[in-house]
Amino acid sequence: MAEKPRTILEKIWDDHVVASDPGAPAILAIDLHLVHEVTSPQAFTGLRERGLRVRKPGQTVATADHSIPTLDPSIPIADELAAKQLRQIDENCREFRIPFHGKGSPTRGIVHVIGPELGLTQPGMTIVCGDSHTATHGAFGALAFGIGTSEIEMVLATQTLLQRKPKTFKVEVTGRLQPGVGAKDIILALIARIGIGGGTGHVFEYTGSAIRALSMEERMTVCNMSIEGGARAGLVAPDETTFAYLKGRSFAPQGAAWDEAVARWRALPSDEGATYDRTIVIDGDGLEPMVTYGTNPGMGVPVTGRIPSPADVEPGARDDLERALAYMGLKPGASIAGQKLDVVFIGSCTNGRIEDMRAAASVLRGRRVASGLRVLVVPGSQQVKKQAESEGLDEIFRSAGAEWRESGCSMCIAMNGDQLEPGEYGISTSNRNFQGRQGMGGRSFLASPLTAAASAVTGVITDPRTLPGVAAKPVAVSRSAAVEAN
Amino acid sequence: MPEPFVSTTSRVISIPRANIDTDQICPARFLKITDKAGLADALFFDWRFTPDGKRRVPPSFIDEPVNAGRQILLAGDNFGAGSSREHAPWALRAWGIRAIVSTSFADIFKGNALKNALLPVVVSAERLAALQALIAAEPDGEWTVDLQAQKVTLPGGESFAFEIDPFARTMILAGTDEIGYVRSKLPAIEAWEAGHPARIDTREGIAAR
Ligand code: SF4
Repeated sequence: MAEKPRTILEKIWDDHVVASDPGAPAILAIDLHLVHEVTSPQAFTGLRERGLRVRKPGQTVATADHSIPTLDPSIPIADELAAKQLRQIDENCREFRIPFHGKGSPTRGIVHVIGPELGLTQPGMTIVCGDSHTATHGAFGALAFGIGTSEIEMVLATQTLLQRKPKTFKVEVTGRLQPGVGAKDIILALIARIGIGGGTGHVFEYTGSAIRALSMEERMTVCNMSIEGGARAGLVAPDETTFAYLKGRSFAPQGAAWDEAVARWRALPSDEGATYDRTIVIDGDGLEPMVTYGTNPGMGVPVTGRIPSPADVEPGARDDLERALAYMGLKPGASIAGQKLDVVFIGSCTNGRIEDMRAAASVLRGRRVASGLRVLVVPGSQQVKKQAESEGLDEIFRSAGAEWRESGCSMCIAMNGDQLEPGEYGISTSNRNFQGRQGMGGRSFLASPLTAAASAVTGVITDPRTLPGVAAKPVAVSRSAAVEAN
Repeated sequence: MPEPFVSTTSRVISIPRANIDTDQICPARFLKITDKAGLADALFFDWRFTPDGKRRVPPSFIDEPVNAGRQILLAGDNFGAGSSREHAPWALRAWGIRAIVSTSFADIFKGNALKNALLPVVVSAERLAALQALIAAEPDGEWTVDLQAQKVTLPGGESFAFEIDPFARTMILAGTDEIGYVRSKLPAIEAWEAGHPARIDTREGIAAR
């Protein structure tokens, strides 16, 4: 074939360009538009002002996740603004005939958890949402990225977006992860290396043996935080793992349509010889559990490491680091392990799926959380909650002294009443440790579910590999073993 | 509909910090609104106020009395990192900011800013350092950011050119928005869709079948 080898990004892009005027961005067709309560209201208002309808309600789907309380759903919502926002998404979906997985629905959940679990997210699609962690859906080999509210209005009105083609950035993770090291550690290590602006203008394609060995949920964890490395999207080419995950899900193709779809999806992976604008190689064998110490997700070190000192970094980064350590109240040069904690949060679109719940439960089973510590376990969706409960995980969490909640974004963004108090230290499986992100004045450490759960037991930041029985085997294996033993 | 925007002449607020994320620009608890009202007050809120609601001493950048009414912001690298919230450019615009000069902008923020006629002006690292030195020497000098000419003019008349997406520039200069442009292409979109059936119907699913 004389055709130029293409990356998966280029294939998906070429498949969706409707038109492009000289000098103008391409008009890109959007297959799936996910909507939530926080970033959409002004877009619906805009539509009304223009007298427009939602052009493709059947390619649009909505949920309520960000500002929804995770307490008993029968308690009325105390926060008037949040209550109004939740009423508004309901009304907007009714008026514009958009399927809504809202309060009380068994399929409600964090938008990036329900898309995949319902089988809405499929390889080769273009997927957008007014939320930067839309990159999560790239785990299926879809081009998925976050958009602003003006763009939400554009997609509602036209089912297209004006886009310039992004550059490609290959992230190859070689070898095999060691026991106790997981997907979250891969992505935190990548961001620590390239910085939070390192991928700006690019789309990551994650490749290599350590990525291929990941489950779909673990791939979602990696892709989820692409935006924390500055890339608007990140993706993993689909393979048998992808197809096995999707088969039989509610919105996945059935029968002959399934076979046709799989044949199409098999053509998506990047061609031999395709070139990338940038490439980085990460040694998967050498990775350790990662923890952040600062106020952006790029400020991370192995859990066995030390908090860097401003004197050790290049002059341009010194200011940032000094301010971060002052906010965090941490001493340069101190070990990250052993830092004291007030709160542990296990949940979010990064690590709120069933495998994450199982990983945390595998540590907490038969153990107690440290006294004085508040531990919040928040499933990513109502379906995750139900599955976890059917496996008895909720009992494990409760008897360990943790709280088990309804699904939602919760303390990841602290809009619903779940938050750190000023000065409190929290270890969190979410994705952002920006100042105030988890509550004004709150101080966040980001880590994997295993590390967070191990830290819940001791009350200080703890390497999960130091607890007896944790990470005796590679994580993926020990997780399923833990569940079968229940 | 946005107003046309051609240029602004103003003194400059300098925030010499890198990686200013959208959680700093507009903290998440201000995202519970369903309109765009009140966002000026939310701008950099946690930098300006203590957790118990007192204005910080000394006042944070935009609260410094000399900075009142200034429309140009000079900031460090990777401005607008993080969340996709368009509330960030809305809050900046509501405060009165029209142009931000930095070495780089996060992708989503940059797109959102352009859609709100808030100009991201990208300069080299050397230029940024020189501009920061200039502000230190001449904190009250007036700069002009001219979109028509794609040029920034400094006090004393020195000027430099900047790049900006040509399509976004046309839209901002004319005060039109992109939805009208794309809707004018609906026949082409419909023709494309005729050959590319939708891959999903969110109204169906196994439960509904
Ligand atoms: S869990 Fe956190 S990052 Fe994910 S969608 Fe919700 S608020 Fe955003």
